[in-house]
Amino acid sequence: MDTFAALAHGMAVAIQPMNLLFALVGVFLGTAVGVLPGIGPALTVALLLPVTYKLDPAGSLIMFAGIYYGGMYGGSTTAILINTPGESASMATALEGNKMAKAGRGGPALATSAIGSFVAGTIATLGLTFLAPWLVDFAVRFGPEDYFALMCVAFVTVSATFGDSPVRGLTSLFVGLVLGLVGIDKLTGQARLAFGVPELLDGVEVTTLAVGLFAIGEALYVAARRHHTEEKLEAVRGSLWMTRQDWKRSWKPWLRGTLLGFPIGALPAGGAEIPTFLSYSAEKRLTNYPEEFGKGAIEGVAGPEAANNASAAGTLVPLLTLGLPTSATAAMMLAGFQQYGLNPGPLLFAERPDLVWGLIASLFIANGMLLVLNLPLVGLWVRLLAIPQPWLYGGILVFATMGTIAAKPSVVELGMLAAFGVMGFMMRRFDFPIAPVVIGLILGPIAESQLRRALAISLGDPLVLVQSPTSAILLGIALIALIAPFVLKGLNRFKADED
Amino acid sequence: MTLPETTPTAPVRPAIDKAGLVIAALLAIVAIIIFVDASRLSANNVYGVGPQAMPIVIGVGLVILAVGNLISALRGNLPPRESADPRAIVLILGGLALMIAIIGLGGGFILAEAVLFTTTSAAFGRRAIVVDAIIGLVAGTLIYLAFDRILTLSLPAGPLEHLF
Repeated sequence: MDTFAALAHGMAVAIQPMNLLFALVGVFLGTAVGVLPGIGPALTVALLLPVTYKLDPAGSLIMFAGIYYGGMYGGSTTAILINTPGESASMATALEGNKMAKAGRGGPALATSAIGSFVAGTIATLGLTFLAPWLVDFAVRFGPEDYFALMCVAFVTVSATFGDSPVRGLTSLFVGLVLGLVGIDKLTGQARLAFGVPELLDGVEVTTLAVGLFAIGEALYVAARRHHTEEKLEAVRGSLWMTRQDWKRSWKPWLRGTLLGFPIGALPAGGAEIPTFLSYSAEKRLTNYPEEFGKGAIEGVAGPEAANNASAAGTLVPLLTLGLPTSATAAMMLAGFQQYGLNPGPLLFAERPDLVWGLIASLFIANGMLLVLNLPLVGLWVRLLAIPQPWLYGGILVFATMGTIAAKPSVVELGMLAAFGVMGFMMRRFDFPIAPVVIGLILGPIAESQLRRALAISLGDPLVLVQSPTSAILLGIALIALIAPFVLKGLNRFKADED
Repeated sequence: MTLPETTPTAPVRPAIDKAGLVIAALLAIVAIIIFVDASRLSANNVYGVGPQAMPIVIGVGLVILAVGNLISALRGNLPPRESADPRAIVLILGGLALMIAIIGLGGGFILAEAVLFTTTSAAFGRRAIVVDAIIGLVAGTLIYLAFDRILTLSLPAGPLEHLF
């Protein structure tokens, strides 16, 4: 089969020593930042972009993918041991995992989460392997109007459909779109929203926005509410091994988590929180031990952990085949591709199969590395958590600003970084989601150029946007996804009145 | 984020959320800026739409969202905010401002980052300023050397960097 041949070819690329080294660095960094609260895979990739632009693209992309997977593994360690998820996707793990740790069963909790992550990651990456060529065949026939419609779906689902408040989600998205406007319009060469400042003519850098929002915003937020929270680190007592009963109770949640995580991760739903919470609710309803939920049920750790790793692999499906990022980390990886002048999509599969399949093959290797890193070496990560918080955040801000200083040490750029930090703080305070801003910044200009291209080809006829069945269906979905939350909320109000 | 052991009692929400009103106003102002900026763009294209189309669409969207946020604010729909420690925020922002000033005035990377590290640590409650400053200087030096010698990326050089 064609796919097996491509994968074998990719394996040959992935096991080259340099690429193995990149994978190892990636998974190591990924686990570290997953473990540390306040810094996550999206921010790490953003920080590494200016540093890696002189390095080999294949290796760097393998490293970024390793960071992504690693972040999902590492987040569970803090979630279980300190009840502070290092990653928002690990919030569900913390619910049962920390209870298990408090009951002296931290070892099995960590074990089921690491093994479940490995199982889910492998199955999901296999899914990626077989799904990607099929999707690429389908996407090759996409015209600009189809891409535009697809991006509209992504915009709507990321910001409005799944969050607490569609208004706030859409506001975040539009802030990102506004930032995407800044700079020189590529088709006509005119400057938009530059206000005569030369540094703004290049537009807003993705890394500046991401680092400002994620790192500085988070630091401000955590510093401001420091007097509220008290964290206690649970020691990992007892053995790391799971009992036979633990295995029996874990394997089905692993599979269910994978089935939930992979497709939802592939959809533009804004992150891995949804599949993990869905998995948690599913396990709660299907368990044979319902009385244990809330006191440390192992299914509540196994399912969500499998779900979040499967969703990381799922996110790579639209990213690699369509060039569509469906989460903040995927958006950063897209920026990583763009930095080397590469555009993920069907063309990349055709022109650089070694790069794409090398990346996919190295995901399997990274998965294996992560299992080893997270199980026997878990003590290493626990020690990492002993870094005092002031130094941790001091270090985070130094690394955060370092990238911008290396790439563009202008006062304007650094001022923007600080301004985005303040914006990130405000957004966290008022519960505005952050991922849509990044996605708006990255996808906005792409969506605009596809729209203008479609209209230019059709000589100005707007009906071209609904003429192809794909684009008509996608725009319809976008419209439904946009209206649905408002309608449902309206219906909820009527229901409450009836009671 | 630490998940609480017990569910806290819901805090009282104000009737009209003043901060929400400010947010709605800010969105409206940004929309106006976009419209003004777009009005000076010329269409000069034969087919399709010009560069002012997208700004106008986004501007219209912002106006709608400003109204949406206004309604949210009037209904008190925004989440209640817990108290924030202003000292911590001022320290971090002040550190950032100092860092930018040092770089802008040619003070160099090491000094700027040492200042940022120290102020951030202080914002998180550390009192040992001198120790933190030393750590910041050492770390900054190591990073500078790593970037400059190993990765051959240039960082702004000030008086301290010229010592190496």
